[in-house]
Amino acid sequence: MNLRPAYIAGVAETPLGEVWDHSELSMAAVAAHEALTEAGLTFADVDALFTNYMGEEGTVQLGEYLGIMPRYADSTDLGGAAFEAFIHHALAAIHAGRCEVALIAYASRQRTRRSRRMTRESDNSTLGAQFELSYGLPGPLGHYALIAARHMYQFGTTSEQLAEIAVAARSWAVMNPKAWSRDPITVEDVMESRLICDPLHRLDVCLVTDGGGALVVTTAERARDAAKRAVRILGAGESQTHWSIAQMPDLTRTAAVVSGREAFAMAGITPADVDVLEPYDSFTITVLLALEDLGFCGKGEGGAFVEGGRLAPGGALPALTSGGGLSYNHPGAFGLLLLVEAVRQLRGEAGERQVPGAGIAVAHGVGGLMSTASTVVLGHD
Amino acid sequence: MTEPDLVGLPGDPTTAPFWRAAREHRLMLQRCTACGAYQFYPRPFCLSCFGLDLEWVEASGRATVYSKTTVRIPVIEEMPPPYVVAIVTLDEGPRLTTNLVGDEPAIGDRVSLTWRERPDLPPLPVFQRLAGDGGGRSTAQMGAG
Repeated sequence: MNLRPAYIAGVAETPLGEVWDHSELSMAAVAAHEALTEAGLTFADVDALFTNYMGEEGTVQLGEYLGIMPRYADSTDLGGAAFEAFIHHALAAIHAGRCEVALIAYASRQRTRRSRRMTRESDNSTLGAQFELSYGLPGPLGHYALIAARHMYQFGTTSEQLAEIAVAARSWAVMNPKAWSRDPITVEDVMESRLICDPLHRLDVCLVTDGGGALVVTTAERARDAAKRAVRILGAGESQTHWSIAQMPDLTRTAAVVSGREAFAMAGITPADVDVLEPYDSFTITVLLALEDLGFCGKGEGGAFVEGGRLAPGGALPALTSGGGLSYNHPGAFGLLLLVEAVRQLRGEAGERQVPGAGIAVAHGVGGLMSTASTVVLGHD
Repeated sequence: MTEPDLVGLPGDPTTAPFWRAAREHRLMLQRCTACGAYQFYPRPFCLSCFGLDLEWVEASGRATVYSKTTVRIPVIEEMPPPYVVAIVTLDEGPRLTTNLVGDEPAIGDRVSLTWRERPDLPPLPVFQRLAGDGGGRSTAQMGAG
């Protein structure tokens, strides 16, 4: 089957950090304009729209705001993994001839609005309210803490090993002028930060910031006028496992087992081919499990794998190169910004934090309560 | 089937039998009459064989701690931190999220059912160290028999 290839032809971040002079919609519009300009396209060219967490009915409010009446729309709710899944879906839609120019956009002001809640169940008849929240389990923090505790019990993973991931993220953030947290930290700093849900410390947990971004996915023909080199989508995959944490079949195996297998098979690559990895880092344990489930190391070996700065600048597997959700920005659904960073690394425009000769990049989204995963492999023709 | 009386129950018609039994300190699971599989939380079909005929049976109340975390931040008004949230694997097979109370058991330890009363809602099944269990894994194995 000879499917026409699809490309990411434009990327942009919205304003980041604390944003007081925008609405979410205006942030997304500014980023969309920048990404489309980079792609050599305009709002008039967009015939497919992808977003979520921008208000009721997903794409509908954003579409109106941007003046887009798409012939293909998708507001799939996979949490932090939604945006890598949108790439997957846009790729399939382009393959099937259902669209030519897909705009993926998102913005959040969760920091300035103080809208982040740990008690997400407002209706006490939901399964979550009956069987989780009534026990005081904070979401998603408590769910990830239970996963980390089980991984430690089963494989001997240590808090120091998890801390290595936060330290690696921060060491990249030091080189990113847009990062929220840029002061260098050590493993000891993470260990001495407040325990909030054992075994997770404050510095094992991502930031809460405003932010977002936009991506343009299109065909080779439409990407021809792009201002910068378009990056090819080589593979994509997604999956999900559970919502209630007690329903997760194995706390140490995530949906990345399936999403990674699908994406890597489509791209015809193995983990050894990956030059730069952008794994979702809502928590340090999120990264550790992604490394195992995507096949960068064996099950249970993630702790030893991240030791010695392997993910940090100069390490064997450059990962979290923006500084990640742990140190750069985390606007609620961080997956879109993983893709922005992956594209910039492949274009060689990541400045001080550029990974030399990056040819294959993987963005891996994780959402919900370690519920969902979606993996995208990007590269050049 | 008559309309279930949901007054004072936190759930929905499918979970109401669980909460009614909880009022009497009985932890109820569903068991498939066709394949014998146990399941929790309740659903209108068997997740193992997809059969529709399920019966309610009382759990033994014995379980093993699968994972746990000490919550050190305030989450809900009625539970001031710190407290322990855990996932336990019931001897019948299903897992549930719960609290560990009393002398704190470790992951892998054997635990038994007790109940936490709530002012306006049915009591919650929570777990404590199994009486006579030293916490060692060999003891736990014996306890499982």
